[in-house]
Amino acid sequence: MKKFLGFFCVVAGAAFCNSLPAQDAKKEIQRYREMVAEGSPAELFEVEGEALWKKPQGPNKVSLEKCDLGLGAGVVKGAYARLPRYFKDADRVMDLETRLLHCMGTLQGRKREEAAARVFGSADRPSEMESLSAYIAAQSRGMKMAPGLSHPKEKEAYAMGRAVYFHRAGAWDFSCASCHGDEGKRIRMQDLPVLYKPEHARPVVSTWPAYRVSTSQFITLQWRMNNCYQQMRMPEPDFGSDTTVALILFLTATGKGEPYRGPGTKR
Amino acid sequence: MKRIFLIAVLVAPLALADPTPQDVQKLMQRDFHARGQAGMDRVVQDGVQRVCTESGDQPPVGLAKSLEADQMKSIVYPSGSLMGDWKRGESIAQNGRGLQWTDKPGAAAGGSCYNCHQLSPQEASFGTLGPSLRQFGKLRGNGQEMQRYVYGKIYNAKAYNLCSQMPRLGLSGTLTEEQIKDLVALLLDPSSPVNR
Repeated sequence: MKKFLGFFCVVAGAAFCNSLPAQDAKKEIQRYREMVAEGSPAELFEVEGEALWKKPQGPNKVSLEKCDLGLGAGVVKGAYARLPRYFKDADRVMDLETRLLHCMGTLQGRKREEAAARVFGSADRPSEMESLSAYIAAQSRGMKMAPGLSHPKEKEAYAMGRAVYFHRAGAWDFSCASCHGDEGKRIRMQDLPVLYKPEHARPVVSTWPAYRVSTSQFITLQWRMNNCYQQMRMPEPDFGSDTTVALILFLTATGKGEPYRGPGTKR
Repeated sequence: MKRIFLIAVLVAPLALADPTPQDVQKLMQRDFHARGQAGMDRVVQDGVQRVCTESGDQPPVGLAKSLEADQMKSIVYPSGSLMGDWKRGESIAQNGRGLQWTDKPGAAAGGSCYNCHQLSPQEASFGTLGPSLRQFGKLRGNGQEMQRYVYGKIYNAKAYNLCSQMPRLGLSGTLTEEQIKDLVALLLDPSSPVNR
């Protein structure tokens, strides 16, 4: 019964669980995390993503199979572990989602407004971008995260990402570091990784994108940046903008060297 | 001395290459868009945000003191008692909505207090970004001075600690005068669960 109560507390929030001391609750959350990680539905998104990768779409009626994710046209194996990186054809640094959107335009002939109209899905209807991200990321399992950090534009984006991380703005004066700045802190019961420290960034960047149990959604790093800025009471960052890519590069670079083991499972 | 100068010259171009808060703001002005009640004016840093970003939240003492004094002037105290209703205060403390682009404009916002602070013992799901406020009034008293301090701190935390991570809940228009009074009661009223 106690076990069940603990599980219930985690799922329903602690509002009904006044008797459960914080220490027990923390243990229960850990147990719950391990439990949900075992049978992750992320695989379903990987399968759907593979089908979408191979499906002819857009005015040109071609698939994304010729998309160059950085290791050559059509190479998906290990591509995610090397992102974000600089792409000469676009003359900018891109993360996975930005690159996919680019290929939807250049290969499939789709207009940006159409391709990016619904990048974040719902529990009922995942987005194309989410499924594609799951498929591509999964093809890097076991490979060390090694984003591009040598090209001048990659160096520039990394420095910008770091500056963005500590930049305070918005109605509530927050920077990323307002929550992800000191060790051992949490929001409500949620532990907060200090993402400018390698030991904290490593387990994070090696498990995104991920299936989120509490909302039954597959979530991507672009979604994570977007949702953080919503909670920071800022306006909305453009999908695939230099700001979001710079942040994602900074975080990935901080956690580099960790073997990729996603797509993961989040609370 | 000469050697130090030489090193400074060599290092300077690298240091200059780091983006300034102005650079970041310019990029954000290009890369963000207004949505719902979250307008683009929020991307423009005010003096406090700028100084805190530039100094890594470690502003020079003199500058901090003078800017804190400016922030203090922004606090508008209501006339009469500052103690509202702790029961309403508890639900304001629980509520984490308000000012997001997904929140309904004009709808009552919450204070998001439990996101960062421990308050009533019944609520086990509290954050630790801020200090525990358990037994706040019991430990500190609840006289006029303490009421003014708590009201002011919630209204504009930057008046007391310039680079505090706590939002300026009154100045930002998040909470109303009545709501802040209810939170003062949550912290100071002897019958509030915070003090039991």
